[in-house]
Amino acid sequence: MASDKPTRSPLEGLSERLRERVGHPLFGTDIESSLQALLRRGPLNAGEIGSAAKRRLLPQAFRGFPFTQPTWPSGVSRELERSTLGTNFETEWSRDPWAAAVRAGIVETIVRPGVTAIARPTIKGLDRLDGVVGPVIFAGNHHSHLDSFLMLTAIPMVFRRKAVIVAGADYWFDKRWKSVLSALCLGAIPIERKRVSRDSSDLAIKVLRDGHNLIIFPEGGRSNDGWAGEFKPGAAFLSTRTGVPIVPVHLFGTDVVLPKGTNIPKRGHTTVTFGLPIVPSEGEDPRKMSVRVETAIAQLADEHRSDWWTAKRNAAKGETPSLQGPQTTGWRKAWTKTAERPLASSTNAEPSKRSWP
Amino acid sequence: MSAPKRGPRPGFVLDVDRSTPPTLMWHGEGFRLERMPVGTRVIYAPEPIDPIEDPRAAIRDALANPVGDSQPLQSLLFSGMKLTIAFDDISLPLPPMERPDIRQMIIEEVLDVAATVGVDDVELIAALALHRRMTEDELRHAVGDRVYDAFAPTGKLYNHDAEDPDGMVFLGETKHGEQVQFSKRAAESDLLVYVNINLVAMNGGWKSTATGLAGYSGIRHHHNVETLRASKSIMDKDRSKFHDINWRMGKVIREAGVKIFQIESTINNDAFPSAMNFLQKREWEWTARDRASFIAVSKTLDRLPARTKRGIFHATKAPHKMTSVQAGEVEAVHELTIAQVHKQQLVHVEGQTDILTMGLPYIGPYNVNSIMNPVLVMCLGLGYFFNLYRKKPLVREGGVLIMSHPTPWEFHPVHHPSYIDFFEQVLSETTDPIEMEKRFEKSFAEDEWYRHLYRTSYAYHGVHPFYMWYWGSHALQHLGKVIIVGGDPRSVKRLGFTPASTMRDALEMASDVVGSNPTITHIHNPPIFMCEVD
Repeated sequence: MASDKPTRSPLEGLSERLRERVGHPLFGTDIESSLQALLRRGPLNAGEIGSAAKRRLLPQAFRGFPFTQPTWPSGVSRELERSTLGTNFETEWSRDPWAAAVRAGIVETIVRPGVTAIARPTIKGLDRLDGVVGPVIFAGNHHSHLDSFLMLTAIPMVFRRKAVIVAGADYWFDKRWKSVLSALCLGAIPIERKRVSRDSSDLAIKVLRDGHNLIIFPEGGRSNDGWAGEFKPGAAFLSTRTGVPIVPVHLFGTDVVLPKGTNIPKRGHTTVTFGLPIVPSEGEDPRKMSVRVETAIAQLADEHRSDWWTAKRNAAKGETPSLQGPQTTGWRKAWTKTAERPLASSTNAEPSKRSWP
Repeated sequence: MSAPKRGPRPGFVLDVDRSTPPTLMWHGEGFRLERMPVGTRVIYAPEPIDPIEDPRAAIRDALANPVGDSQPLQSLLFSGMKLTIAFDDISLPLPPMERPDIRQMIIEEVLDVAATVGVDDVELIAALALHRRMTEDELRHAVGDRVYDAFAPTGKLYNHDAEDPDGMVFLGETKHGEQVQFSKRAAESDLLVYVNINLVAMNGGWKSTATGLAGYSGIRHHHNVETLRASKSIMDKDRSKFHDINWRMGKVIREAGVKIFQIESTINNDAFPSAMNFLQKREWEWTARDRASFIAVSKTLDRLPARTKRGIFHATKAPHKMTSVQAGEVEAVHELTIAQVHKQQLVHVEGQTDILTMGLPYIGPYNVNSIMNPVLVMCLGLGYFFNLYRKKPLVREGGVLIMSHPTPWEFHPVHHPSYIDFFEQVLSETTDPIEMEKRFEKSFAEDEWYRHLYRTSYAYHGVHPFYMWYWGSHALQHLGKVIIVGGDPRSVKRLGFTPASTMRDALEMASDVVGSNPTITHIHNPPIFMCEVD
């Protein structure tokens, strides 16, 4: 039997009940009707809730300008402020003695043990640097963010003390905190990767002339498939402009430890192989020198894959395998790459020999 | 590599739209944020131009390489000569600048040269005309302790006394019959060096000496209603009868054999310390820091008594920096000075407006370290801000001027005694400048008590409040109505103006005069700028 008693809303009398229990001035208004109105109009989004809360909590006098940001007159064009990030980020302070000392502490106590634990690097060819006096440019192939850390910890201490990493401004210097950490912990300087920038090259030349050693990745970015990308003549340009030799460096295994697209490394083995310094000849075209650097790294890769003598003979015959891999595309190129490393996820095992293609 | 420094932006005329934030206005020792009607033009001052990097080197260079028909200062000085250095008084610059004051730097450089040459008879005079005498602190601030301590104890550094019968001479008359009265010491010197700071285009040139070192007998020829009404404006020398007379007097001074080496300097409009940076910015560009500063400053001021607020503001010194210095022959020097003033202050504006609005600050030329009384409110709004134009007034003839100021019925009894009587006796009878000039001026100007206070205390001359009223006489004649927002209604009514509680009310009242759809222009001043109205 239906009750003739009218249905009572659960909100009815809520205001009074809250006022009695809490006694808060916020409940001095008719909260019940407000809630009922809200229920009628459906769900609110976060912004609406925020605005409603502000209206409820803030007295009229504290709303709007100057308590909030000013609105911009539509008749006034906005003048774009020159960003202080990216290539405009000022890094000179990071080469001061105090910053270098802080960096040395960070590299030796945090970065180096970390890289050793995760990447377990084997370093080869250090004897080729005997007698070399800085400044020099270390140019390596680039597969992973780990490359910068690996290279920084692998180069001899005499170069590491004054090492500066040339880092992509769009990634390493896109936020203030990242810029400060990159400059302080890695001694990084920002460089424009997507176009030729006079500011970037001027800064790199100044750093070299101040006696610092550059760590640079001529590909200008990490490769997508484990094979090298096109070598850009930036490193060679700096070398020909300053007369500073380029030390070719081959890095192997970092694309497995920390591949592109991931942020969490997995333990593995890496190898760093240093080559003989390449000195620019008088009036040498940077593009030609860049080819020499790429060839030298390719020979180091070949040396890593086979042995020194085989690589030497391949080079003499002009049969050094290209760093860019076979002239195929798609899955066949990636498949070829897997021949260089074990098919298992770990790189602990020795690479298997494959005969195909 | 640090980001390249952006150059100073010129003045800017904003058309208010729906997304324009409220506009900041001065309101005496406080501020108002007013949401102006859509379509209002708001004129912003040019940003401070870059100062001279080494002002002392620039001064030395100016002294050694004078402009016009003048020899270098060193060639004009000789042992045994009588040298007088006169300098601008407390009314310049506004607000008073941080130490070292430009006057100090220039005077020290001049004295260095004089000492090298072996000049013994040197006197320094604060060229204050009929203004109040400067106190020791104010003189020390202007000329520096080194100069003050070297000259003041022996009476060689002093305030000009225009009522000293033994200290003033008549040098002659202009062809229009204007008497030229001058400081006797300056007139009898082998060289008079005048040290100026040019804040606005009105200052400098022959006005410095012909007015600054004169007395009532000379000044009355250009400080009168007829002259000031014919000066359109007093900030534009070429259209100012006021300047014509001063220039005529300058000719008499020159022909009387007074040799003048004029040193003029200009400053940028960096008028407020960094804590009040918001005053120099456009509201939509206020950063979080600017907004926090504004809230902190304005909310604090709202809770302080007027006396404390005045103390805080008048203790604030401006970080003005020198932008030019030139020396030599008066007129040649002044041409360069005016060009520099225009470079900093000129803003081009298209067309006049029906209603001009302005916020009046706590300070004007005649209330430094003092109270801005109602007469000075009128003078600042109608005499100075209204006249900051070239070609045409910003507001059309018959238009309305709306000013924002508390306009308290309050006077500084030491600095402004004659103002009190002027307000009580003269303004209660008439606000017509011609009538008060005829009926009351002479009695105030020659009153022995005011004369005594001017000479021995720190009072403005008895005639000074009349001059303040005349200063606004061009505006009074030009305008259809004057409204003061937020002012004491009794004071405002005594001035002959209309009080309004809010800007909205004031605009409503103005529509009675200019119609229901008027054009409105607001001048975002100070920092000071000058409009060139086409």
